[in-house]
Amino acid sequence: MGLYTYDGTFEGLLTVVFEAYERKTWPHTIEQEHLAQPSMFGQNIAVTTDEEKVSRVWKGLQKKLSVGALKALYHTYLWEQPGFEMLLFDYMKLAIDSKECIEDNYAASCVLRVQQAAKQMFREKHRMEAFVRFQKTADDLYYATISPDFNVLPLIIQHFEKRYADQRWVIYDTQRKYGAFYDLNAVTLVNLESQPDKRTSSAANNIFSEEEDKYKQLWQVYFDHVNIPERKNPKLHLRHIPKRYWKYLSEKQPRLQLETK
Amino acid sequence: MESRITEKLKILADAAKYDVSCSSSGGKRKNENKGLGNAEGMGICHSYTEDGRCVSLLKILLTNHCIFDCAYCVTRKSNDVKRAAFTVQEVVDLTVNFYRRNYIEGLFLSSGIFKNADYTMERLVRVAKKLRQEEKFNGYIHLKTIPGASDELIKEAGLYADRLSVNIELPSEMSLQQLAPEKNYSEILLPMGSIKDQLILAKEEKQLFKSAPAFAPAGQSTQLIVGASAENDHQILQLSNQLYKDYSLKRVYYSGYVPISSDNRLPIITEPPIIRENRIYQADWLMRFYGFNVQEIVDEQNPHLDLDIDPKLGWALRNRHMFPVEINTADYEMILRVPGIGVKSAKKIVSARRFTPLNFDNLRQMGVVLKRAKYFITCQTKTMYRQDFDSQTLKRRILFGDGSVRSSLLTQQLDLFKQVG
Ligand code: SF4
Repeated sequence: MGLYTYDGTFEGLLTVVFEAYERKTWPHTIEQEHLAQPSMFGQNIAVTTDEEKVSRVWKGLQKKLSVGALKALYHTYLWEQPGFEMLLFDYMKLAIDSKECIEDNYAASCVLRVQQAAKQMFREKHRMEAFVRFQKTADDLYYATISPDFNVLPLIIQHFEKRYADQRWVIYDTQRKYGAFYDLNAVTLVNLESQPDKRTSSAANNIFSEEEDKYKQLWQVYFDHVNIPERKNPKLHLRHIPKRYWKYLSEKQPRLQLETK
Repeated sequence: MESRITEKLKILADAAKYDVSCSSSGGKRKNENKGLGNAEGMGICHSYTEDGRCVSLLKILLTNHCIFDCAYCVTRKSNDVKRAAFTVQEVVDLTVNFYRRNYIEGLFLSSGIFKNADYTMERLVRVAKKLRQEEKFNGYIHLKTIPGASDELIKEAGLYADRLSVNIELPSEMSLQQLAPEKNYSEILLPMGSIKDQLILAKEEKQLFKSAPAFAPAGQSTQLIVGASAENDHQILQLSNQLYKDYSLKRVYYSGYVPISSDNRLPIITEPPIIRENRIYQADWLMRFYGFNVQEIVDEQNPHLDLDIDPKLGWALRNRHMFPVEINTADYEMILRVPGIGVKSAKKIVSARRFTPLNFDNLRQMGVVLKRAKYFITCQTKTMYRQDFDSQTLKRRILFGDGSVRSSLLTQQLDLFKQVG
């Protein structure tokens, strides 16, 4: 048994799997290098990501697992909840050691937990695709911020790339401090210099286009008038949009009053 | 200027909201022209109203001026409400600007009839055409066809829209005569039939020529109002069943009548029949996804759905001889019929049992909810519960839990609900 450390990348984790088999030393803990506390028990093994090893492990997994299951592994990595490294390791080991395909064997706890993690990721991804709200800046950039429960930004890019092929947009994760920028050709991952939340504060309001408030207000008006008061059902409403998502939604913000001329 | 468009939006969203269909799924329009939007696959709910309904489309009327006088409709001629009309360009601008900000999946456009059917329909088509051709818009467009509009216009509408709907509203010819005297069944079914023919034709052409134009790729739907007229659930579900079969509708929507109108042709109710509407949706679901035949759900002897339990449980209680179901050996179809087990759980069970015989703990870990199911299943011939309760007892236990002292009180409340519905 040993403590394995890696560089925090998905490839790094695959390298850990390779090393563990090579040494026949199974990890009791896997941790990112900069977070790890050396363990007093067993070996401490620092793994360096190695492309060759990554590709051998990945090819081996491809033989055993469907594309859907491989995706679920990547999603569990992005899920980033405590213990995800060991969970992934257990899953991959089970897959490698079994003759049959294990991905539907929900009676095995790691299979079930990976599936649950993937489900949580799917849910959060879906919610972000639904609740992202763009604001148009004066220079025609559509700008949105998010702070999702899990690291889903890499998973939602494709959706927005297909949908908004003819407008420049940015989606910025304020918690993980990186964003995706689409420039009409391709998406690049960016770290913004200035704090984006400062840019959206009222002092800098003039960065948004003149129409922005108009459409925000029209949307609020629409939201209020599509409601049927006779059918009010706050419980159902909250189940669909838990309060922690309200911050994204302009229809859940105080009503804008535009000057009417 | 600003305030005028706000005012119009208020009036024309208000007037459109009673049409409950909101789905934006089933679209096949890909963004291939590097234009705006993509309506492939599943629709997204971008928000939810305070009554818990999905907000996916900008759902508005082009105008709420109307020459007809349908009793159940707020827009009817004799009703004293503010009237307004959007221009074609205003609808286009609203749709595009909402879409670009990720507020919506697309547009659901309907209208009161001003002047005549074709005059109105022509404008609806113009909105859709402009969106597709000038704005390169690939988002979802649902157009409601105006009763009495010409075949050519409906055909053209199908070229730009993802979905077309013809609302039947009232579940029988007789109610239609009473409540919407200007309309009749044949006039409604005619366009429905012609849309169906177009859909088939377009599909055949598509197989021959890849470049053949698509026709309403997300199909057609309709809406029935529940509780504004006297039809029972059996009549309603029979009608839907026929519509699914004969007109290959994608969806039938049910709208519990909201007492908005004081028209004296209508029943006096104080609250919309929400529970009944919900039960009808559940029954519709059973017909479409669970392999149930409409006769198994309601028939002449039992023309009403039970309001206090869902129709699947109702069926199980009437058919106790089919249970218990052995989870490890039963067909998928039968597992699907166990109360409390949905499509996802049934699929999981069938794939997991190939690896190992399942017990109740396995089921629980897999996320199968046993609250109801436990009374109807065995795992490796073991039961979790005595299975010899009679149906009444079973129903009580499921509704009120195992020690049901308060049950008499609650039964009274449920009876009250029943009256409302
Ligand atoms: S024709 Fe349509 S809009 Fe006009 S009153 Fe009848 S239901 Fe309402």
